[in-house]
Amino acid sequence: MSVRDLHVHLGQSHVLQGVTFDVPEGGVTALLGRNGVGKTTTLRAILGLVGRRGSVRFDGEELTSLPTHRVVQRRIGYVPEDRDVFAALTVAENLRLAERDGDPRYELVYDLFPDLEARGAQRAGTLSGGQQQMLAIARGLLNDNRILLVDEPTKGLAPALVSDVAHVLERLSELTTVLLVEQNLGVVRRIARGAIVLDQGRVVHTSGAEELLEQPELVKRLLSVSA
Amino acid sequence: MSTWLLLTITGLGLGAMYFLIASGLSLIYGLMGVLNFAHGAFITVGGYAAWWTEVNLFDGIHSVWLRFLLAALLGLVIGGVFAALVELVLIRPLYNRHIEQVLVTVGLSIAFVALVQGIWGPDAKAFAVPGWLHATTTIAGAHIPNDRWIEIATAALVLVLLQLFLRRTRYGLIIRAGVENRAMVTALGIDVRKAFTLVFAIGGVAAAIAGVLGGVYFNVVGPDQGTSLLIFAFIVVVIGGLGSIAGSAVAAMVVGLTQQYVNFYASAGVGDMIVVLLLGVVLLASPRGLVGAFTS
Repeated sequence: MSVRDLHVHLGQSHVLQGVTFDVPEGGVTALLGRNGVGKTTTLRAILGLVGRRGSVRFDGEELTSLPTHRVVQRRIGYVPEDRDVFAALTVAENLRLAERDGDPRYELVYDLFPDLEARGAQRAGTLSGGQQQMLAIARGLLNDNRILLVDEPTKGLAPALVSDVAHVLERLSELTTVLLVEQNLGVVRRIARGAIVLDQGRVVHTSGAEELLEQPELVKRLLSVSA
Repeated sequence: MSTWLLLTITGLGLGAMYFLIASGLSLIYGLMGVLNFAHGAFITVGGYAAWWTEVNLFDGIHSVWLRFLLAALLGLVIGGVFAALVELVLIRPLYNRHIEQVLVTVGLSIAFVALVQGIWGPDAKAFAVPGWLHATTTIAGAHIPNDRWIEIATAALVLVLLQLFLRRTRYGLIIRAGVENRAMVTALGIDVRKAFTLVFAIGGVAAAIAGVLGGVYFNVVGPDQGTSLLIFAFIVVVIGGLGSIAGSAVAAMVVGLTQQYVNFYASAGVGDMIVVLLLGVVLLASPRGLVGAFTS
């Protein structure tokens, strides 16, 4: 995937100001940055969930002229920041809704998340935060996506669950390319190959993830946290 | 006892018509965020299409029942097609522009009444229905017009069919999910616009049924009939909870019964005022309507 000169205006704010980066095929590429620099907006702009200007090419095809559902049908999966599971629908209905291909990968989903199979008849709104996160990831896994856009999957989870999610993302990266927005640098260190850092709506750093995290001063300057 | 029973069945019959109108309104608002003021036009289309086809298309059919049923069926089809066309031609180009959508539906509702008056005149048209519908059945001393049973049974059937559609079909699943979070449905690769058209068509058919049954209930179809029924249907939608079919069903019965009881036991017209007061009370107690009250 190749993103070039991507601009997004939300109200009066110029949130993305010419974001440019490439996502190599295979593995996890982490999209990093302080709060409010445009990481989530970048994922939403790729999908067309917000109005955008610029270029997003995937497999040589320009995506910015397509509506969201057509972008996703190019085998681009999305795991949103706030899970966005359908609370009034059951777990099984949430998964059924996400089916896109003729051959949904239930075996893989239930292998990774056996709890979801057991809770098929339970309303998604009554699941715990961690279970909802698993359901959100499972929706992305159900189809044979060529790339998954995953937005802060560990946000608000207990430390034990963060490790579980990291394990799942690790398995996921063996199956498909992942563009991951993540604040937890421990998770990034564990699973990401590449790192792209945003600041004030622009890409300010691109390198291997390990290379970035080995420079504590740079991490502190770019992300305002200790590596 | 007999008066109370007559009022109850009549109230339920009126509530049945409110439900038929409100179910479509509720789904349309819940899924698309469109406050469809043109819904009254769908009622009028159903009523007038049934009346016109009965008089002009099926007048050669000897059986009154067959003539009525064919006309009613055609009325529903025309109502559904008209509603789908309204979505495709007027609503879809204004997607996400809510003010413009409201304006265009208000404009259509006004223009449509004028159009009907221009073609068929301002006077209501007598709607010929099988004699049995206007006969009465005596229960516990109450002489209950038979059309009330048809209205209640039809609304109950529509409620069951809608619930089956929403719970057993993929489009039903898409609509239920879309009522919660439309953007996320599209982010799953689903073209939600097809569901929009379908919801309008379903709402149009249900409203057209109300138009036909309104013709039976009032004995006539008139250009303003849709508009007057629509006001109370909006109240039903808000009381029931936007997007909830079951909430609309309960609220429709409450509104229909309240109007009948209060208009009879207090004074004519007071029932309508009490319904508006009821709306205020429900909104103050539970802004999300009955659904909010029972799910929060």
